[in-house]
Amino acid sequence: MSYLPFVLAAWIFLVGIFGIVRSRHFIHLVVSLSLTQSSTYVLLLSIGYVKHGGAPIFKDVPLGTKAVDPVVQALTLTDIVVSVTVAALLLAVAIEAKKHAKTMNPDELRPVRG
Amino acid sequence: MSRRARLALFGIAACGLAALLLWSITGLPKFGDYHGAYGKILDKAAPRERQTSNVVAAVVFDYRGFDTMGEELILFAAVMGVAMLLREPREEEAPVPEDPVRSDALRAFGVSFAGATLVLGLWIVAHGYVTPGGGFQGGVILAAAFLLVWLAGSYRSYRRLTPVPIVELGEGTGAGGYVVIGLCALLIGDAFLQNLLPYGVAGKLSSGGSIPLLNWASGLEVTAAFVLLFNEFLSERAVLIDPTRRPS
Amino acid sequence: MDVLVPLPVAIPLLSAAALTAFGFWCGRRLDDLVAIVATAATLAVSLLLVFRSSDHELVYWFGGWRPRNGFALGISFVVDPGTAAIATLVATLGLAALIFSWRYFDEVGTLFPVLMLVFVGAMCGFALAGDLFNLFVWFELMSVVAYALTGYGVQHAGPLEGAVNFAVTNSVGSFCILFGIGFLYARTGALNLDQIGAALAGRRADGLVIVAFTLLVGGFMTKAGAVPFHFWLSDAYAVAPVPVCILLAGVMSDLGLHAIGRIYWTVFSDTLSAGDIRPVVVGFGLVTAIVGGLMCFLQRDLKRMLAFATISNIGAVLVGIGLLTRSGLAGSIVFLNTNGLLRSAAFVAIGILVRRFKSGDELDLRGQGRRAPIAGVVFAAAGLALALLPPFGPFLANALVVDSADTLGYGWVPPLLALAAVLSAGTILRAAARIFGGLGEAKDPLFSHEPEESQAEPADSRRVSQLLLWIPAAALAVVGLGLAFIPELAGHALRDAGRLLDRSAHAREVLDGVAPPPTPTPSYSPSATAYAYGAASTLGALAFAGFGLYRRRLPIVLRRAAARVADRPVAGLKALHSGVVGDYVAWLTAGVALLGGLVAVMVR
Repeated sequence: MSYLPFVLAAWIFLVGIFGIVRSRHFIHLVVSLSLTQSSTYVLLLSIGYVKHGGAPIFKDVPLGTKAVDPVVQALTLTDIVVSVTVAALLLAVAIEAKKHAKTMNPDELRPVRG
Repeated sequence: MSRRARLALFGIAACGLAALLLWSITGLPKFGDYHGAYGKILDKAAPRERQTSNVVAAVVFDYRGFDTMGEELILFAAVMGVAMLLREPREEEAPVPEDPVRSDALRAFGVSFAGATLVLGLWIVAHGYVTPGGGFQGGVILAAAFLLVWLAGSYRSYRRLTPVPIVELGEGTGAGGYVVIGLCALLIGDAFLQNLLPYGVAGKLSSGGSIPLLNWASGLEVTAAFVLLFNEFLSERAVLIDPTRRPS
Repeated sequence: MDVLVPLPVAIPLLSAAALTAFGFWCGRRLDDLVAIVATAATLAVSLLLVFRSSDHELVYWFGGWRPRNGFALGISFVVDPGTAAIATLVATLGLAALIFSWRYFDEVGTLFPVLMLVFVGAMCGFALAGDLFNLFVWFELMSVVAYALTGYGVQHAGPLEGAVNFAVTNSVGSFCILFGIGFLYARTGALNLDQIGAALAGRRADGLVIVAFTLLVGGFMTKAGAVPFHFWLSDAYAVAPVPVCILLAGVMSDLGLHAIGRIYWTVFSDTLSAGDIRPVVVGFGLVTAIVGGLMCFLQRDLKRMLAFATISNIGAVLVGIGLLTRSGLAGSIVFLNTNGLLRSAAFVAIGILVRRFKSGDELDLRGQGRRAPIAGVVFAAAGLALALLPPFGPFLANALVVDSADTLGYGWVPPLLALAAVLSAGTILRAAARIFGGLGEAKDPLFSHEPEESQAEPADSRRVSQLLLWIPAAALAVVGLGLAFIPELAGHALRDAGRLLDRSAHAREVLDGVAPPPTPTPSYSPSATAYAYGAASTLGALAFAGFGLYRRRLPIVLRRAAARVADRPVAGLKALHSGVVGDYVAWLTAGVALLGGLVAVMVR
């Protein structure tokens, strides 16, 4: 168990990139990208985890109670906002692809160029 | 590259990357056995110095409040970017999506839910630095309340509730407000984003110094940002679902 | 703490927010004016910071969270003349771009000035940040804006593809950075650069440190566009509107490299030895410089050509940083500023051509440029200076790098850098001669043809004063060329670089507030070898330009022989730049794996 969450994060990261590499559809591409990003949440949160630690919120519990690391939680919050914004932008581009380029396959968007 | 060549390249590269990641993981502290100094120091300092019971909120809005300003601007910029990408050519009127709900019972139930969602959102924003929650989380819920008006009610009333200039005013005020609070501290001779207000008593709504102000600024910004995003994507919906509506 | 430090970020961001809030009630001209004034103010503040930080670093703690017992609680900006100069460069290019785009983007209302302002603020923040995660936040902010601005003409296939490739590859790069941040935070429990460096110092690097270094450098190389992370760059810069290209090609790419230099010296320099890292980074830099130059030669679309010239320049800057010496770092600082200005000036010249003749194609424009002489002068001057013509900035920077390479026993590096300058600057000169001089042939099948629809400049329905177009072009070129005449520019760069190199003194200054005694500015004059390289590469670039113009007049025997040798590699190189995002991400993964493998082999 002691390293499993980190291995899981690495696994999600690689699987997400695999999804991006073999993607044939813009929506699939965006979801793969978001999936890849979720590996970073897993990594950050499991780094800051403390065994038997509570949330770093000291209401109704005395100060100095064992708690998980608050900083990685703040970082993850930023990370999530980033993920949402990139997904929104790429989905907007996907809509334009559907409307104008008439294809949702990134491979077909443009043939080989130099 | 052919798809096969691409997958072969990726396969080899992924093996290498996987090996690297596993190698580094062996150097991490064991899961649950983290002793980093930063979080520990803040866990001790924040409730005493800032009178915030939620240390994550203290990190987000005070110790690392400057990150959050950037984070708010990321959302702001993305909304502006989406608006630019999905802009309608000038001469065309944005098409109006149809209302999916026809049942009066569902409509009444849904719209009354919007009110409850609104209250919940406000509550989450307001208590963000006392209990879990905050401007970002609450802002999304607030925006969802507006979305409910469309989902359960009608597109027209949704648009009447959210006139674009007013939402943009909220968006700009939320993002700019954060910066202005930072600059106010600068004006009175403190550091940018330094605390301006008395700290109050931990666990009360009037605690945390400037944190409530920053919290509300981001709540406003997030709400407006998501409402604008919904606007943009909803007006595309009609075009995508029924392409005959668009003169080409 | 210096009250000016937060302003290069606060001014543009606040103006952007205010324009959004009140844009509905203001006229379009007022919006543009506000954006221009705000950027000019940012420029003034950044320039002041260059002078104010000349003796010691300006360390600024946001929220007033000064370090407690040497432990950083908050986020810091660390301003030295080098970083302030980058912020100044950002604001200068932003100002030029906004002036050039006066009445250019009326179609999108306030959105364009708003996004440009956020872009300027984000890049200033990135240049000044002294905290690893804060660096990531600004990285993301500038990326998000850049994706949107690149996709301006998203109704066309080219910009659509460019924006997708840009967003997806750079996002994957940013995840690599986040993994690196996570690993370092797990090990050190800190996010401040100097704090992490202090925690790592003196211990032998293990797998975690090596991989964290790899992921951070790989992520920033993706932003910079180093080979093999570069594929997205040419697709994106070729299709972004010209005013956006000014900022993208002029400074955003270089910021990735700036981060690599800053992170190596503050975080890793006492755990990963320079001798181990040097060959790897220099190798990546040289491959980038040469591949960028070759691809540059093969283009006829001017924006795409300059995009590859940017990649080639990036390679040269990466070599300067990768030498991991004071002189190399100083050279890269000079390179970054002067090359950025000159490339942007060339981009503005292209913008003038596109607006005037509705084309950005070298062959189509042959001879037409005679009617836009100022654009021609700017374009040719930029080309000559980028060819390392003494005494201009790129030459001076190259001289610093040559010195460093020679003392390290890397004597094989300068000839390759000169070759890269010949390839990329020679191509710019070729285009200048063909367009503005009417020289060369009207057809050449070797050069890649871009489909019509890839151009996505806004329809230019209104007439604007030609002055608004010429002023930014001329001003950027004059400043870019004139920088070299600042007395003791190289000496200042050397002194500035030296301050970053002493990790423990830097950490004491940031974390304990103990400023080291000011050091005198060394005087510097380029060596005779450097002049030889400068002269050789300038002549080489002119000859290479002639080759590009009159290639097909060479004797048939020579051409056949060349075709036998070069045709297949050229076709292969072109085919690699396929425009398909899946390929690019596969290359990115391979690049990170290769980088990590090489570093691991060198260190262990």
